[in-house]
Amino acid sequence: MATLLGTDIPIRPRVADEDAATPAAAATHRPVTGSVHSWDLSTGLDGPGSRFVTFLSGCPLTCLYCHNPDTWRMRDGKRTTADDVIAEAAKYTTFISAAGGGATVSGGEPLLQPVFTGELLHRLKHELGLHTALDTSGHLGARATDALLRDVDLVLLDIKSWHPETYEKVTGRPLEPTLDFARRLAALGKEVWVRFVLVPGLTDDPANIEGVARFAASLGNVPRVDVLPFHKLGEAKWDALGKDFTLRATPSPSPAQIADAKEIFAAQGLKAV
Amino acid sequence: MTATPAEATVNAEAWGGKAWDGKAWDGFKGGLWRDTVDVRDFVQQNYTPYEGDASFLAGATERTTQVWQKLLSMFPTEIERGIHDVDVKTPSRIDAFKPGYIDGTAADHRDLIVGLQTDAPLKRAIMPNGGWRMVEGALNAYGHEADPEIRDIYTHLRKTHNEGVFDAYTPEIRACRSSGIITGLPDAYGRGRIIGDYRRVALYGVDRLIAAKEADKAALGEEWATEDVIRGREEISEQIKALKELKAMAMSYGYDISLPATTGREAIQWLYFAYLAAVKEQNGAAMSIGRIDNFLDIYLQRDIEAGRITETDAQEFIDDFVIKLRIVRFLRTPEYNEGFSGDPTWVTWSMAGIGEDGRPLVSRTTFRALQTLYNLGPAPEPNLTVFWSRELPEGFKEFAARVAIDTSAIQFESDELMRPKYGDDTAIACCVSAMAMGKQMQFFGARVNVAKALLYAINGGRDEKSGKTVVQGFTPIEDEYLDYETVARSYDAMLDWLAKTYVHALNVIHYMHDKYAYERLEMALHDQEILRTMACGIAGLSVAADSLSAIKHAKVKVIRDESGLAVDYEIEGDYPAYGNNDDRADEIARRIVHDFMEKIRKHPTYRDAVHTQSVLTITSNVVYGKKTGNTPDGRRAGTPFAPGANPMNGRDEHGYIASAMSVAKLPYDDAEDGISLTNTITPDALGRTPEERVANLAGVLDGYTASGGFHMNVNVLDKATLEDAMEHPENYPQLTIRVSGYAVNFIRLTRDQQLDVINRTFHGSL
Repeated sequence: MATLLGTDIPIRPRVADEDAATPAAAATHRPVTGSVHSWDLSTGLDGPGSRFVTFLSGCPLTCLYCHNPDTWRMRDGKRTTADDVIAEAAKYTTFISAAGGGATVSGGEPLLQPVFTGELLHRLKHELGLHTALDTSGHLGARATDALLRDVDLVLLDIKSWHPETYEKVTGRPLEPTLDFARRLAALGKEVWVRFVLVPGLTDDPANIEGVARFAASLGNVPRVDVLPFHKLGEAKWDALGKDFTLRATPSPSPAQIADAKEIFAAQGLKAV
Repeated sequence: MTATPAEATVNAEAWGGKAWDGKAWDGFKGGLWRDTVDVRDFVQQNYTPYEGDASFLAGATERTTQVWQKLLSMFPTEIERGIHDVDVKTPSRIDAFKPGYIDGTAADHRDLIVGLQTDAPLKRAIMPNGGWRMVEGALNAYGHEADPEIRDIYTHLRKTHNEGVFDAYTPEIRACRSSGIITGLPDAYGRGRIIGDYRRVALYGVDRLIAAKEADKAALGEEWATEDVIRGREEISEQIKALKELKAMAMSYGYDISLPATTGREAIQWLYFAYLAAVKEQNGAAMSIGRIDNFLDIYLQRDIEAGRITETDAQEFIDDFVIKLRIVRFLRTPEYNEGFSGDPTWVTWSMAGIGEDGRPLVSRTTFRALQTLYNLGPAPEPNLTVFWSRELPEGFKEFAARVAIDTSAIQFESDELMRPKYGDDTAIACCVSAMAMGKQMQFFGARVNVAKALLYAINGGRDEKSGKTVVQGFTPIEDEYLDYETVARSYDAMLDWLAKTYVHALNVIHYMHDKYAYERLEMALHDQEILRTMACGIAGLSVAADSLSAIKHAKVKVIRDESGLAVDYEIEGDYPAYGNNDDRADEIARRIVHDFMEKIRKHPTYRDAVHTQSVLTITSNVVYGKKTGNTPDGRRAGTPFAPGANPMNGRDEHGYIASAMSVAKLPYDDAEDGISLTNTITPDALGRTPEERVANLAGVLDGYTASGGFHMNVNVLDKATLEDAMEHPENYPQLTIRVSGYAVNFIRLTRDQQLDVINRTFHGSL
């Protein structure tokens, strides 16, 4: 009789490199790799339903409220082949197809690694047959090729502020590239969920919120806006990294403040949740 | 052929010679069930599947609310004292007590469905047939004195199950029991996990059931008097006596249940009397009620269609019935409660799933049963258990998911895994034990500690806490660093020994239980020929699997005391842990389950019971942890195990779905008594809006079922809520939380168990 002793743990099946039938893989004849922070399964947070979420490392923004500052530097991530990510995601296709959901490439900023991100999205969509979402600030939207976007079913687009000066204060970068990307997605007819982080005293000026709302409503491809309340659960990560978390004294928005913000979006005909 | 009600009347002999006009069955279809006792056939021929949503449901009536409030006001005293009251002088049997009512007397009470275990609500009874020590220990613990005459009877004149078991235990079994490698055995209390088909009493009346049992006995009278045949005759005689006592008990409440129930209210009442008789006599570990909603729905639907009752009436009957099920109480010792806290009775009510003909086993009364959690507020009992299938109607999926999110009080089990094995008239006993109604029972076997067994394998049979040699004939491993092959070989031999000792103990226990504490009433509501299972179980699976993974994939150094006993371990490097959907660890867990089942199957069982096992701990994961020293996975001595088949707290790093996928890999074929998974999720980790959460949870259950998962408890709670409830229990009288296989009233848990629940992985949204 077989015993624990006799057990050979099966090696996880690997997708052969030559199956990576994408331009990137074909051109290099090498496995496509990227810097990956982690992967996770989430429900109702990173797009519709239950999703396999890959968090890539590296982000050009340095948002004051970031709850994952440990994803900022690409060199802190783990060099990972697309094959490995796809093999991991493949373990969940039965679950996800029954549960409803898909796969999301998030970060960090996934468009900091456009070739790797494109490879993942292509294979998640065509090899595994999953609904795909790209979670991005849009700041590097120009790096997303039309081919990459063809493999994206839904873009989760963070518009962190309407006032350019506030945007720059929050992120350290200019607003305009994000708006350009949003207009391009609208022109392509790509579904976009806009996300807006409500930070008391920072992004909660009604005029600022209304600017985002008017812009989002003007696009015509935004069926939903997520108003995300600021929280401080990432504070420990800032401390661990020796970085100064400047919003330590900032409170989370009250339910009334959240409701007010949603109301501003709703007034523009948007579904805000 | 089909007998009409008129023909049934003519055949009065079947009803014990009584004249019966057949009206009780007016409008019912089909015939097989008329000629033989076959409730499934009756349900299949007559129930009305409901595929709509919850909008038809009615709220609580004022009367319902007042009756429930009366009980709610009694609970704080009960929690404070441990028990509300006890009758120390009356060993319970079916007709031992005068009638009792929640509020008032026979003349002025407000119960719609009557009957209490004793003559007053929350007053407990002594049931000494299981064992006298348990009774006296419990009485003393709660400040009561045993009655000297009763003590004399059960210590000198009348032998108990407990005494019988200890007469036949070997020294080895006793040593295992006290070291905690085999614990929770039903050797001092009722084994439970037997579900009488209480529906039979409502459908046929007691006289017809007695007549059928008389016929069975007569048939056995034709057979040569072997030990089996003699026992069979005695058992049937006992069953018949129990049925007669059941009638007498019902009569004391003013109901003659010798004939079939004629209305929905009567059907509930008759069924409840039958269940009540069982819990008056047996202090079983789990006293489940079975699959009853579609059966009752047939009667309620007939009354509604005839204009006799309204939806509000139907709901009120169900609410009142559920109130009764919520106050089933047993007298148990504090030690018992340490293992299984919160006063659980496992009045498990099984519902839904898909019938063999493809129709959903969902009726309006299935919805009404879930609605009780809104009308009366959340509660752990009855243990509402939904058989989940992707094919269930959307309206029911939506409602069940919503109730789970709002109350954390229901559990889900895979209809897809159970139906092929047991058919579509299957119910859960206790937490995760499936059995065909009236055709199957189990010999409950608690569980062994496979994590401690691994320590025994390393220490050559010496207990890591006491240093005593519990298992003879093993040599300790003396390596500085543990070698996987050496440990695996020794573990394999240790599990061989454990399986043998364990089945040996269970055979003794169930022989004696049948002899001294036979479940006469529950077995009277079974067929004569039944399938028996020997339900073994394991605890500490994730600790054992992670320990072996650490030994295999990292380096584990042994720390020994001066006597050479391995008492601690240092891990160098990382290892893959069970709970991350990583085969390197999950395969080890799967093999432990598979191999231990194979080892159990080698040993013949009492009454040729079929071997099964569960991966279930209930709340005893805390006690098992206390009794187990440091383990090679890095777990510290005394730290609770993960409950059931759950991965260890905090080691599942990729969310609850990845964790659930690891559990889904455990083979149900090697754990037919069930595999328990408990998930605690914060509300925002299911979605951003209430509607989204409901849809997403239903999706998660579809996904888990499609992936081969068996059972999922779902708690949707914030950690802060539980912490506040620890500080201010008075503000949370009905806070309910699912633990492994059942639900508890959170404020009735011990402090250790409360902390364990709070420290368990909360799957949040960060």
